[in-house]
Amino acid sequence: MYPVEEKQGFSVVCLHGEVDLSNSPEARRTILNCLKKLRHVMVDLSAVEYIDSSGVASLVEGFQYARSNNLEFGLIGVSEAAMGVLRLARLDQVFHIYPSLDDRLGNGSRG
Amino acid sequence: MSVNTQQQGSPVVEVRNLVTYYGTRKILDDISMNVCEGEIMVIMGGSGSGKSTLLRYMLGLHRPDEGEVRLFGRDISRLGGREWQEVRRRIGVAFQGGALFNSMTVGENVRLPLREHTRLDENTMRIMSRMKLEVVNLSGFEHLMPAQLSGGMVKRAALARALVMDPEILFFDEPSAGLDPVVAADLDKLILRIRDATRVAIVVVTHELESAFEIADRITVLDRGRILMIGTVDEVRNSDNARVRNLLSRTSEDIEVDAEDYLQRLTEGAD
Repeated sequence: MYPVEEKQGFSVVCLHGEVDLSNSPEARRTILNCLKKLRHVMVDLSAVEYIDSSGVASLVEGFQYARSNNLEFGLIGVSEAAMGVLRLARLDQVFHIYPSLDDRLGNGSRG
Repeated sequence: MSVNTQQQGSPVVEVRNLVTYYGTRKILDDISMNVCEGEIMVIMGGSGSGKSTLLRYMLGLHRPDEGEVRLFGRDISRLGGREWQEVRRRIGVAFQGGALFNSMTVGENVRLPLREHTRLDENTMRIMSRMKLEVVNLSGFEHLMPAQLSGGMVKRAALARALVMDPEILFFDEPSAGLDPVVAADLDKLILRIRDATRVAIVVVTHELESAFEIADRITVLDRGRILMIGTVDEVRNSDNARVRNLLSRTSEDIEVDAEDYLQRLTEGAD
């Protein structure tokens, strides 16, 4: 189970370690559960050592759900390992990415 | 040339003293090499050098007559069905002709490994396959049938399917063969991008020198079933070995004839 922290009006889902076929369904469930409670969601990827396509697909599904329900969805603290995978699929140009939640709250620039 | 010129992580492919025969004819003779995590190894050689045969043994399609092939540290000829399936899902293969199923759309072809090996949600599988089609610049083509694709598109679709499970080893057979130089160069760049963004070790079999020099961290040069040398691009370019130099300069050699062996080949099985 991935931890979720409630901060400043956001549910912050903290993914960590290796996010792959074995645990991406759990990441997906956690993200969608928060969104289904009509919470804005930030996914913290700072402790992610590796994320595969199924993990990234879970993020895309979260983003898709949030947009359909007028909720905010973003990524914070994206580790270099995760950023490489996002860049490969050009998804770094799709997601709202911030260095940290503080940057988002301080209207940090979209990265 | 690619940025990474050294072996990187631990070996994920190990070939040890591999000897294979076709009938009585020796095809591979004492082949030993390895490929490390994150490395691009190009297996290069002319027609009949044994490079495609070596690839088939690396994929476990044949059992070695002597020696062994290890993937992820495990001798693949000793694996049972379930163990082999576990190894198989960690590797991706893009075959020379694409090997796409003609009765399926491009998208269905790319999703096939996910359907076979995972129980992911349908929506997740769809997004994953579309992401891979984006990576290979085939977005929007998922509903086409393979017969509607150009040669370069077939290769990219095959690559998308090979990548869809995020393999740790990617085998790519003749990526440039039959492609025009611009399309081939694009494919080379794509191979480098994929390696740089992931942990994948990539084994490329090719006879295209330009492509080999563009993408390789190391090159294994095969000739008549034997390894002539294994080295970096610079080491291969600067090799003093006459056969390597012939290969690089595309000079054909007179074939040395072993009279007895030749006569036996011609007359074997005859009355």
